[in-house]
Amino acid sequence: MSFLINQAFQIAKSENRPALLTYTVAGDYTKKKSLEILKSISNYADICELGFPHNTPIADGGQIQTSAYRAIKNGIKINDVFLIAKNFKKIKKNKPIILMGYYNMIFQYNENKFLEKCKKSKVDGLIVVDLPYPENKSFASKCRKNGINFIQLVSPTTSKLRLKKIVKDSHDMIYYISMLSTTGGKLKVSSKKILEKYSKIKNQNKSKNVVIGFGITEKTIKSLKKADGLVVGSAICKEITNSINKRQNTVTNVTNIVRRLKNKIK
Amino acid sequence: MKLKKGIPLIDQHDQNGFWGGKFGGSFIPETLKKPVEDLTNEFNKLRKDKKFLKKRDYYFKNYIGAPTSFIKLNNLTKQLDGAQIWAKVVSEANGGAHKIYNATVHALICKAMGKKYIVGDTGAGYAGKMLSMAAKKFGLKCKIFMGAKDIKRQKPNCDAMRKNGAEIVPVYSGSQTLVDAVSECMRYWVSNCDNTHMCVGSTVGPNIFVKICGWSTAQISRELKLQIKSEFKKIPNKIKLINCVGGGSSAYGFWSEFIDYDKKKIELIGVEAGGPKKSKLHAAPLSRRTKIGILHGAAAYVCQNKEGQINETESISAGLDYPGVSPMHCFLKDTKRARYTYATDEEALNAHQIVTKYENLNPSLEPSHAFAEAIKIAPKLSKDTIIIVNSCGDAKKDRDILKERLGKN
Repeated sequence: MSFLINQAFQIAKSENRPALLTYTVAGDYTKKKSLEILKSISNYADICELGFPHNTPIADGGQIQTSAYRAIKNGIKINDVFLIAKNFKKIKKNKPIILMGYYNMIFQYNENKFLEKCKKSKVDGLIVVDLPYPENKSFASKCRKNGINFIQLVSPTTSKLRLKKIVKDSHDMIYYISMLSTTGGKLKVSSKKILEKYSKIKNQNKSKNVVIGFGITEKTIKSLKKADGLVVGSAICKEITNSINKRQNTVTNVTNIVRRLKNKIK
Repeated sequence: MKLKKGIPLIDQHDQNGFWGGKFGGSFIPETLKKPVEDLTNEFNKLRKDKKFLKKRDYYFKNYIGAPTSFIKLNNLTKQLDGAQIWAKVVSEANGGAHKIYNATVHALICKAMGKKYIVGDTGAGYAGKMLSMAAKKFGLKCKIFMGAKDIKRQKPNCDAMRKNGAEIVPVYSGSQTLVDAVSECMRYWVSNCDNTHMCVGSTVGPNIFVKICGWSTAQISRELKLQIKSEFKKIPNKIKLINCVGGGSSAYGFWSEFIDYDKKKIELIGVEAGGPKKSKLHAAPLSRRTKIGILHGAAAYVCQNKEGQINETESISAGLDYPGVSPMHCFLKDTKRARYTYATDEEALNAHQIVTKYENLNPSLEPSHAFAEAIKIAPKLSKDTIIIVNSCGDAKKDRDILKERLGKN
C-alpha cells in the first residue's frame, strides 16, 4: 500500500504539528487552473485531497457544491481528474494525493477500472462519501490490493461498537467528521468536545492517523492542533469563488490562505 | 432474480437492503448511519405493535377518509368502446392525493420517536402539503424543501403548506426541481438528524424510506381488493391496473396486494413521464432504457450520463419530474411482473381533457399520464377486460398550468 500518506503524517509529527490536508475540486474552475492551484498549495499542504465532482452531492454544503457545479459546467470528466492527478504527481512525486467523491461515479466507471486508473495516476488514497461501512468492505479490500488507502469516515453519530469495527477495518488514515453538518458548516461544537471524541477514536489504535474535517477555517484551525491532521475544504473553495468574483488571481489567493493555515498550526 | 409469493414486496430485500440483489441499499454518509438504523429499528417495532396499528387505522379512517371510492367510468367506457374503465379515486383522500398516507405514518413515527421537527421534500407539492397537514395535526414543526421551479408552477399547494404553518425552503441548485429538493432535504437531515425526523416523499431513498412509504400507501390496494370482490363477487379474470410512476409510491400502493397474482390475470402497467413530445429530456428511467446508478442513497435505474452525472428531466407534471425511480419498481420491471411505458406531456394533457369532458373526475397531470395509457389501449381490448386507473391526485394544484396550456379555468 502507498506509504506516502503515512510518511506525510510522520513528517508532520516530527515537526510537532498536525498534517495539513487541503480539498479542492478537480476542474475548478478550469482543468488547467485546478492543476495550478493544486501544485501551488501543495508547497504548504501535506496531503492533497482532490474531489471528483458529482452533480447530486448529498453531503456537501454550498461552497463545495458551487465548486463542483462550476467544474462540471466547465466540462470536467472523470478521465480529466485522473490526468490532473497524474500531472500533479509528475512534479510532486512524494506528495500524497487522495481522490474524494460519490460512489455513482466509481460505479459507472467500473470499480476495477477505476482502481486501475488510480494506480496508474499514482493516486494514494480514496474517500467515498456515500459508501459507508460495512457496505464498503469489498471495495476497501480491492483498494488495498491495488495499493490504495481506503479512508473510512467516522462521525459524532457513530456508535461505540461501530467505531471499533470501522477502526479495525481501516487502513492508514481515518477521517473524523467534527459535527453533524454538511461540509462548510459553521463549527457548532466546541473544540474540546471534538478532541474528546477524537481521543476515543485514537485510543482504539494509536497507529492509525486520525484527521478532523468539516468546519475548519483560519479561525478554528488552531484550536484543533492536537489532531494528527486537519482538513480544510470549503474555506478554500470559497476563496476560489471570491477570487473569481473579484477578478483576482485564484492561484495566489488560495495559496495565501493555505500558507496562513499552515502558519497557524506550526 | 425472482419474486417471492406470500411476502410483501417491501420485505423482499436481502440483509443489505437490496431487492433482486442489486436495487436499493443504503448509500448514505456515515453521519446518517445511526439515525437510519434507529429509524429502521423503530419501524420494525411499530409495524408489529398492535396499538400502533390501531392508531394508524384510526387516522386512516377518520383523518384521511379511508376507503376512497372505486367507480366505473361509464361514459368513458362507452366512448372508448372496448375494455371497461374503472377508477380508484384516491384523490378523495384528505388533502387530495395519496401522499397523505406516507405523511401521516411518518408523523406518527416521528411522534413515537420523540422528535419535534419533521422535514420533507416535495415536487408537485402534494408530499409537502400533506406533510404540513400531518405535522399540524400532530403538533410537529415542519420544513418543506422544494425546487424553486416547482414553487412557481405549483402555487396552490405552496399556499396550503404555508397556511398549515410549514416553512417552505426554496432550492435553487441544479434543475431547481424535485431531485434537488430531495438532495437539499437530505443535507439538512445530515446537519440536524439528532432532533429532526426526515420523511422521503416517495418509495425512493435509502432502503428504510422505500419500505415505510410502501407500507403506508399499501392501504390503497387493501381497499381496492375488497372493493373489487364486493363489486364483481370474485376477482375478474382480466384486470389491468394502470398507474403513473414518478418515484413510484402510488403505483406500489395500488399494486402491492396484487403482485402475487399471475400477470395474465392481473397486469400491472406503470406509466412514466415522457416529457414534451419534441424534447430529448424525459423522466422515464424504466421505459426509456437507462442504466443502474446511485441516486439519493439507493441503486436503481436512473436518467444519467455515461459519467454518472444525473440528468436534468423535463415533464409537465412536477410529481413525475424525477430522474430516478423506486428500487422496487426496478425489481418488478426486471422480473417482468410489471410493464412500464410512458406518456408525453401532450398525451397527458389530452387525456386530462377527455376524462374531464366525459366524467365527473378531475385527475391531476400525474394520473393523467395513466389515463393516457388507458385511453390508448382500451379500444383494442375485450369488453370483459377491467382497466382500473389509480386517480391518485386532484388537478386543483395544476390550475395555472392547465389554464396556460388548455385555456381552462
